Amino acid sequence: MARGFSIKHQPGFTAIAATCFAVLYMPIIVLVAYAFNASSSTSEWGGVSLKWFQSAWNNDQVVDATLRSFQIAATAAILATIVATMAALATTRTAPYPGLTFKYAAINQPLMVPEIVTGVALLIFFSRIKIFSGYSGLGYLIAAHTAFCIPFAYLPIRARLENMDLTLERAAADLYATPLKTFRHVTLPLLWPGILAGLMLAFVISLDDVVITEFVKSGGQDTLPTYMLGQIRRGITPEINAISTAFLLLSIVIVTLFFFISRKRD
Amino acid sequence: MASAEQVATQAVRRDIRDRWLLSAPALLVIFFAASGPLLIVLVYSFLTPGPYGDVQWTFSKEAWTSVFLERDIFDDTLSFASAHVTIFWRSLKLALMTTIATLLIGFPTAYFIATRSEKSRDLWLFLITIPFWTNLLIRTFAVLQIIRNEGIINTALIKIGIISAPIQILYTDTAILIGMAYVYLPLMVLPIYASMEKLDFRLVEAGYDLYATRWQVLRRIIFPLVKPGVIAGSILVFIPAVGAYVTPSVLGGGKNLMLSNLIELQFGQGRNWPLGAALSITVMVIVMAALLVYVRNTGSSETRHG
Repeated sequence: MARGFSIKHQPGFTAIAATCFAVLYMPIIVLVAYAFNASSSTSEWGGVSLKWFQSAWNNDQVVDATLRSFQIAATAAILATIVATMAALATTRTAPYPGLTFKYAAINQPLMVPEIVTGVALLIFFSRIKIFSGYSGLGYLIAAHTAFCIPFAYLPIRARLENMDLTLERAAADLYATPLKTFRHVTLPLLWPGILAGLMLAFVISLDDVVITEFVKSGGQDTLPTYMLGQIRRGITPEINAISTAFLLLSIVIVTLFFFISRKRD
Repeated sequence: MASAEQVATQAVRRDIRDRWLLSAPALLVIFFAASGPLLIVLVYSFLTPGPYGDVQWTFSKEAWTSVFLERDIFDDTLSFASAHVTIFWRSLKLALMTTIATLLIGFPTAYFIATRSEKSRDLWLFLITIPFWTNLLIRTFAVLQIIRNEGIINTALIKIGIISAPIQILYTDTAILIGMAYVYLPLMVLPIYASMEKLDFRLVEAGYDLYATRWQVLRRIIFPLVKPGVIAGSILVFIPAVGAYVTPSVLGGGKNLMLSNLIELQFGQGRNWPLGAALSITVMVIVMAALLVYVRNTGSSETRHG
């Protein structure tokens, strides 16, 4: 049977795309499957079991690293979102003014520099501060994470603001609302989806970070990713698969939420 | 009394001042925990290494000399530092090969998504986005499990009877290439798709009306129109690939170093912080050069990327 001539067809492209999707998901599926493997070998299948999840749950180092990861990610994401919201309000809906381009460049700077370089720079800088101040807590990691989360939080907030015109704010001002009241009752509710998207993005980015954390952390400050990196370097057990699976699930939930929030444009 | 014009200028000035105050916290955090420390790296690259790590505050060009050259311990002559040159070459080569590999797979994939019905496009795009936002370390670990000697690929090939002993892929340059191509693939697909989405297929139709072959349409019509997306994708893949740390340390197994591993070494066992600093700046210069190419090529055309 002769097929109609499709102008969109290109020979082999569909096959490559199918391979691409298969290749993207196959390793992840295998990884998840082995997390449920009853055998302690990472290559033989011994039936379905939850024992590796249990063993991860009972591993103090894993729990400790997980809690630390969440603590850092939550603090850094909230801080980054607050300052990014302020920066977004200051850099949108205005005629160009001196310093505007500088602000764009400065806010996006952490995206331009390879993580390894930022990691090295912070290692040097913070090691000096540690000597002078004597403080060696989580503050350094939180500061580093906040900084590289800012451009990610800024992106969706700015996008949202650029789609909002000033009519409603002007109307509020005409009705004698103070700037603070206008912000609280008009701007903030409209901007909220953008802020939420920015917050989630920042949270995921912080939670995923390996390189900068690896360089900045002091002894005993492993986050979940740096703990996993250490374990993988030493040799693998299905426990890592179990941790990865839980981590993946969390990321997918957050990304799905993000997807829906940023879809709701109007 | 102030004229209306003066009042207006004053209002504008006040507005600009408020806008600086409002953006100050973000700028300060970035200055102290990202941009500022980069300047310290530059300073450190001109100092002398301390005996137990860190630095001694005496000026030295030694670190910069030893980025590419090495001093003979006996007669003080300089020769090419073959170890460093090898690592530089490997990093650039692997980053370039990763870019080409992701382009060859990513371009048809982006085309495939862009030619779906508008409704199903979102789903395909979502499937690309999920790996993009999942942890890079976990994705690298997933690749490790696939390609190791007891992994699914080797086991399957042995079962079919194509090979009798497992092929050693893990801890080779090939492993790093496979891993980087895998983790950075979404970075190639997304910007190409963004350009492709705007492609006007009436131009393609016009090409066929003028008796163009599929290949001619692809090469002469589609490719030039989505070139900004291709350049954006290539840069977005090349930049993290040059400075990749996680993938080579997990899949390269400590033998096949890339630049970032060499840098890390200087701050660990190597105890040569100035050399580490000089190498970091070199990586940054390579990345800046790539970004410059990107800015030159895309100019002001809006290419969306994350």
